[in-house]
Amino acid sequence: MTITLSIIYLIASITFIFGLKMLGHPETAKKGNLIAAAGMGIAIVGTIFLNNLNVPTFVYGLILTAIAIGTVMGWLIAVKVEMTKMPELVSLFNGFGGASATIIGLVEFSKNVGDTMQTTTTMAAIIIGSITFSGSLVAWAKLNGRMKSLIRLPKYNLINNLVALGLIAFGAYIVYTGTDSLILLYTILVAALAYGVLFVIPIGGADMPVVISLLNSLTGIAAAITGILYTNMVMLVGGILVGSAGLILTIAMCKAMNRSLTSVIFGTFGGSDDAVSGPKSELGDIKSTTASDVAILMNYSQRVIFVPGYGLAVAQAQHAIHELEQLLESKGVEVKYAIHPVAGRMPGHMNVLLAESNVDYDKLAEMDDVNPEFKNTDVVFVVGANDVVNPAAHNDPSSPIFGMPILEVVDAKQIIVNKRTMNPGYAGIENELFYNQKTAMLFGDAKKTIQTLIAELKNM
Amino acid sequence: MKILEFINDNLDLVYILILSVFIGVEVIKNIPAVLHTPLMSGANALSGVVIVGAILVMLQADPTDYIALTLGFIAVVLGILNVVGGFVVTDRMLQMFKKKKS
Repeated sequence: MTITLSIIYLIASITFIFGLKMLGHPETAKKGNLIAAAGMGIAIVGTIFLNNLNVPTFVYGLILTAIAIGTVMGWLIAVKVEMTKMPELVSLFNGFGGASATIIGLVEFSKNVGDTMQTTTTMAAIIIGSITFSGSLVAWAKLNGRMKSLIRLPKYNLINNLVALGLIAFGAYIVYTGTDSLILLYTILVAALAYGVLFVIPIGGADMPVVISLLNSLTGIAAAITGILYTNMVMLVGGILVGSAGLILTIAMCKAMNRSLTSVIFGTFGGSDDAVSGPKSELGDIKSTTASDVAILMNYSQRVIFVPGYGLAVAQAQHAIHELEQLLESKGVEVKYAIHPVAGRMPGHMNVLLAESNVDYDKLAEMDDVNPEFKNTDVVFVVGANDVVNPAAHNDPSSPIFGMPILEVVDAKQIIVNKRTMNPGYAGIENELFYNQKTAMLFGDAKKTIQTLIAELKNM
Repeated sequence: MKILEFINDNLDLVYILILSVFIGVEVIKNIPAVLHTPLMSGANALSGVVIVGAILVMLQADPTDYIALTLGFIAVVLGILNVVGGFVVTDRMLQMFKKKKS
């Protein structure tokens, strides 16, 4: 490695730190992203051209071709995708990073047979990289609806933990014996890929943001491990930064759901087996209402709070709801959005979605700030949210979401819930809010329903 | 024992590792919820730094070792996808946050 390259890596590492720091503040976030991207750019170019290795020209050609292909594809995908598809896209890209780390581990394995420390590192890269790859792909498939939301094998927690222990033991065996067996190498690869799938398939609903940020963090760790393999500082620093940042975000998501990190990693995650069999019969009747009634109700309200959830994203109703908000405001109604930290399918999902339709920052209220306000609110309009407003979190110890902080919409005078059908939410649990005296259900697709509401309001 | 030996041989690596964890934690602490998604997506792009390793795989491969070259090629494509896609998506998200201010 040349001196110039070392300096470039140093600069790149510093841009990563500053970039990440700036990403944490609304005013500087955009610049931070660009700074980190620039740092990444010089690190990549430097790695290709400033290595003092005797490499035939065609290898450079291959590298540049690979980079050209990936850049064009990545750029096109990133520019073309709709904002509502953001969670699955982030998962997909994350999976690619994991796959890259796995491949590096596979190639380096044979070169380092006999070196215990290097073998440990390649094993870790292969295992963690594969888990993030297959796990992210499963998350991607779930988020875009290609896969059923939850698949639970009997005793899945036990199975998963056994597989995890098996993986560690198997990896340790390969390191300990110093074997050069490719069969064992591929077996552990397949086992780690399988574990990634097993880890993510039982997870659904409000747990999705947790698992996405966890997978994100793991890719960082995989990158850092490959950095150790090459004693490459920029990989090490970049990877660890992502790993620890992802971990912080994961912990923030866990807090928002009142779960511990260990319960996320070692089971009791995604609810217990008997979650679905709730006390259905005692819930009473549901009331359904019409768009014109809701329009009248909102028209004569002083304060209205919208509670958006994943249903809003699915129906692409972010522009419609913004229009409804502006219409109500023009009629002198005070409107706010109550954002639960895990509403949607990734951390901050609702914020991005509503930002796309130009909703004002100040109108987005975080859970702790908005909860005391519900009792002074005339109408709460729940759009496609379910688990984050489910009172079972407070009063049903058998519920898988028991103990999770929720938006206290029951305190409001009237609750209107917009849902497509009476199917239970993503977590597969009944929501007694729908049976509450104060609740009326407004069935239908979120976008169409809101548009009807707007039309009705305009006629008043 | 091997582990202690490794730590002793690579002391600066271990220091960097530990200090980076702290930097990562400090830098990210108290992020407003609005920025959770862009932050995650930006960090995701950064994890594409594995591409440096993927390039090294190709550079260090024996030019006749087509398996290593092919695998390296795939790793480079995947890594750069992660980098470019991640940064561009993050930029798009932040673009939306920005235009509201005016």
